[in-house]
Amino acid sequence: MSLTPNEYEQLNKKYSPSSKTWKNCAMAFLVGGLICTLGQAIMNISSSLGLSVDESGAAVSISLIFIAALLTGLNVFDNIAKVGGAGALVPITGFSNSIVAPALEFKSEGYVLGLGAKMFVIAGPVLVYGITVSVVYGIILYLFHIV
Amino acid sequence: MPTRTGRYTLILNSCPSVVGFAAVASKKEAEGPLARCFDIVNEDCTFGESTWEKAESRMQQVVVGKALEKAQLSSTDLDYVFAGDLLNQCTGSAYGLRDLGVPFLGVYGACSTMAESLMLASLFVETGCASRAAAVTSSHFCSAEKQYRYPLEYGGLRPPSSQWTVTGAGAAIVGQSDAAPYIRAVTAGRIEDLGIKDANNMGAAMAPAAASTIKQFLEDTQTQPSDYDLILTGDLGQIGSDILYDLLRRENIEIAKNHSDCGLLIFDREKQDVHAGGSGCGCSASVLCSYILSRIRDGELKNVLFIATGALLSPTSVQQGQSIPGIAHLVHISNTK
Repeated sequence: MSLTPNEYEQLNKKYSPSSKTWKNCAMAFLVGGLICTLGQAIMNISSSLGLSVDESGAAVSISLIFIAALLTGLNVFDNIAKVGGAGALVPITGFSNSIVAPALEFKSEGYVLGLGAKMFVIAGPVLVYGITVSVVYGIILYLFHIV
Repeated sequence: MPTRTGRYTLILNSCPSVVGFAAVASKKEAEGPLARCFDIVNEDCTFGESTWEKAESRMQQVVVGKALEKAQLSSTDLDYVFAGDLLNQCTGSAYGLRDLGVPFLGVYGACSTMAESLMLASLFVETGCASRAAAVTSSHFCSAEKQYRYPLEYGGLRPPSSQWTVTGAGAAIVGQSDAAPYIRAVTAGRIEDLGIKDANNMGAAMAPAAASTIKQFLEDTQTQPSDYDLILTGDLGQIGSDILYDLLRRENIEIAKNHSDCGLLIFDREKQDVHAGGSGCGCSASVLCSYILSRIRDGELKNVLFIATGALLSPTSVQQGQSIPGIAHLVHISNTK
């Protein structure tokens, strides 16, 4: 074919449909909002049972992680994420899903080299760079306070 | 013996016949428009196995057995088997066919494997190297997702240009016979790469290769698209098909009227949420070895150009930012010698 890669990219763009951004954003807002509402409900219930604010926050994280892990195992979470997109993936539910999904998938290669090694294949980079950024942030904060 | 015509096309003068063919598919494929065409449908995509990889091997084993049964042959009647799949080291084929007891030649052409294996089996029969040879190809949605993309239960979104890997397999047994379908000619394709890097847009990555091979065949044989009832590409999907028409129009070749794509035939794109269409080498294999070959055999189709298209990428090459090389091989299948 006599096209250059640039010309071909134009041709590709002409025929490739783009994502439905507005619809996706609206669904992400709704599903993400629902998950956060659920988190708030757990927070309120925990507080009413006598837990402190910090303890209630931990209860929210634990509960949402558990629910997302369970729904991943029951083949339900990916269907929620298909509708909710980033609304399901950005909250802590997405983090839970990203660890449980590969754990399930790679169990067939054994508990050590499969499940254990591949469990963090998606979440690993988030941990590496999340922790790195938090260290950098801590150093900046430390220096800022010294100044 | 075959005769080379033009630059890259080989005319098979003895016109080897597809003496037996069979297709296996799973639940999602059986919910599509071709549901009734498949010989075996397994509602459970594990095919009774404990892993997706074993399931794919089981499909290959089952599909060869069914094709032999339909041809009233046994594995001892085969001289060679050409087989391939999408898994690393082609284990779908090797493990699936290890008990067949037939000399095995593994082939890899990504999703072009059905055309590549059928081409090689036909050439072996044409040249007398084999009295009968089998071409077998499979893909499995779950094993392909695991290897190329994300774990099945991960909630990542699929962009509109992505395609759905078919869980299916096809087998064709080639021999000398006086019954259609006949293999009349083959054209091996060149690798074409116009710089597409998006692994979620395979159709666009493969369309230049399809255009190149179709153009080469028409030039070599001095024929027109209108000389064929059907020009059938493997798994270009909607985007790849649209680009293919555009690319060929630039060469004054119009195929839109008699073109179809296995990836568009196997699924109902609107109802089955497969975005741009079906893909995987089991897509063209299961469509060819069911719906298409039976229609050629029955005379509903007289002359078909089957062009299976492949994207020769690996997850590593994509992560390293390399563009995706495309390939397309053509097999001319006819109702008459």
